[in-house]
Amino acid sequence: MTIKQLSVFLENKSGRLTEVLEVLGGAGINITSLTIADTSEYGILRLIVSDAEKAFRLLKSNGFSANLTEVIALSVSHQAGSLAKVMKALSDEQLSIEYTYAFCLGDKAIAVLRTDNPSRAFEIIANRRFTVVSENDVRNI
Amino acid sequence: MIWNETFECMSREEMRRCQSRRLVDMVERVYHNVPFYRKKMQEMGVGPEDVRGVEDLPKLPFTTKQDLRDNYPYGLFAVPMSEIVRVHASSGTTGKPTVVGYTRKDLATWSEVMARTLTAAGVTRHDFVQVAYGYGLFTGGLGAHCGAEKIGASVIPISGGNTRRQLQIMHDFGSTTLACTPSYALHLAEALIESDYNRDEFKLKTGTFGAEPWTENMRREIEEKLRIKAIDIFGLSEIIGPGVSSECTCQSGLHVFEDHFVPEIIDPVTLEVLPEGADGEIVFTTVTKEGLPLLRYRTRDLTSLDYSPCRCGRTLVRMKKCFGRSDDMLIIRGVNVFPSQVETVLLEMQETSPHYIITVDRKNNLDVLELQVEVKEEFPFDRISELQKLTDRIKRTMESALQISLSVKLVETKTIARSEGKAVRVIDKRKTL
Ligand SMILES: [Zn+2]
Repeated sequence: MTIKQLSVFLENKSGRLTEVLEVLGGAGINITSLTIADTSEYGILRLIVSDAEKAFRLLKSNGFSANLTEVIALSVSHQAGSLAKVMKALSDEQLSIEYTYAFCLGDKAIAVLRTDNPSRAFEIIANRRFTVVSENDVRNI
Repeated sequence: MIWNETFECMSREEMRRCQSRRLVDMVERVYHNVPFYRKKMQEMGVGPEDVRGVEDLPKLPFTTKQDLRDNYPYGLFAVPMSEIVRVHASSGTTGKPTVVGYTRKDLATWSEVMARTLTAAGVTRHDFVQVAYGYGLFTGGLGAHCGAEKIGASVIPISGGNTRRQLQIMHDFGSTTLACTPSYALHLAEALIESDYNRDEFKLKTGTFGAEPWTENMRREIEEKLRIKAIDIFGLSEIIGPGVSSECTCQSGLHVFEDHFVPEIIDPVTLEVLPEGADGEIVFTTVTKEGLPLLRYRTRDLTSLDYSPCRCGRTLVRMKKCFGRSDDMLIIRGVNVFPSQVETVLLEMQETSPHYIITVDRKNNLDVLELQVEVKEEFPFDRISELQKLTDRIKRTMESALQISLSVKLVETKTIARSEGKAVRVIDKRKTL
């Protein structure tokens, strides 16, 4: 069970990020997590939001280059070494991970990852009894 | 099928003799009847007696669109107006239109070359030709019309526009050939697919498309969507209208009807005639035209000429599909660069839109070129590696097409201004240095 992440292509121009945030804020969309992967020329803004489909439509109609991407979100305890355990399990099985990021929520932490092979990832996750976070869980954060 | 084997299949030697004979006669006429040419030739110290054949073409002056504007409307006509039986005009993007005039013989020549064009596309007297080029001052409609009539096909003079009606007529009247601009053909194809009509109920099999540049990709799209053979035709009103050159069904270059329009390829900067096969600007001398005969008319269209015989049996020289225009040429590190080449490359790529901006600058006394390209909305840019790959691929393809190094910058979708007419695609910062 994957969740929808919003990816926005941004040129490195001042004020562009603010514009995205204003569009989302104005429509009452809440942001659970935000990261930017940047190169010298452009940045990719990755967002987990309360309503990904709505946010996607809004950004497109406001002239942004946006994609919806399926990513896996796992809930781990907010303790030293717990994320390492997850990553080791996945890498032991040679699963290639394109990128990952994490954020914490009280005593829990959420790890988000993108892989080429989500079905294989879910097999590993199920075997190790890690907790997957659903789209609904995200909405309620 | 060949409409006029005598002229379309004559030996290269015979063709040269025919062109030379006609050129000598034409130079005589323009020298005595067009003050503009007499003055130009006198300034260059050339008289009619100095021109004995096509080998003397380089001695003669060029003619530009500006010359036509300067002599608006009838200044370059070579016959009294009582001999002119038709006038056409092309809408200029700036200022005055370009006016062209035809004598009765010119109209016969035009029908002849359009008959050759349609025959080369496989059209016969048994066909129904739907002419969806605009009729009027524009030469497209009437040009195709008269050629189709000459070969005895049934002409449907519907003119341009009204897509629903085009489809209805095409369906009910059993049109087998469509003549229009390639972009309108594509529009019709998409409308047909979206309509309630079944393609199997149509008899359409061929299209002759011209009057605007189009790519091989666009040709494939039209051929697949309309399920026809799409033939490229070339012409410009200054020379005669459509019918200057046309592909045959081999679709490997456009045969120039060179017994009427003698082509040369020149370097647009030095104006030197280039050797056979070289890329450059094509210029035409209209050796048989009476109303508006033009010496070495600069089309600004970039192409090359291939004199090898074609599989279809024609010996007429073939010009490549035009790959750009010389008027927007940039010189970067001594290399001629045509922005239209950039567009052609982008149109062939699936991941980018054909919108771009070229910025030329000078850094450390070296010209540098940066190309900004829009990524398409659908592009999976969440993967930075994909973006990097795309950038590299654009860079490599552009560098091999333009023969210079450049940098590529991807920009957000729809941030480069769209424009109906000629958009600003080039920012040359060197000019302000
Ligand atoms: Zn041929």
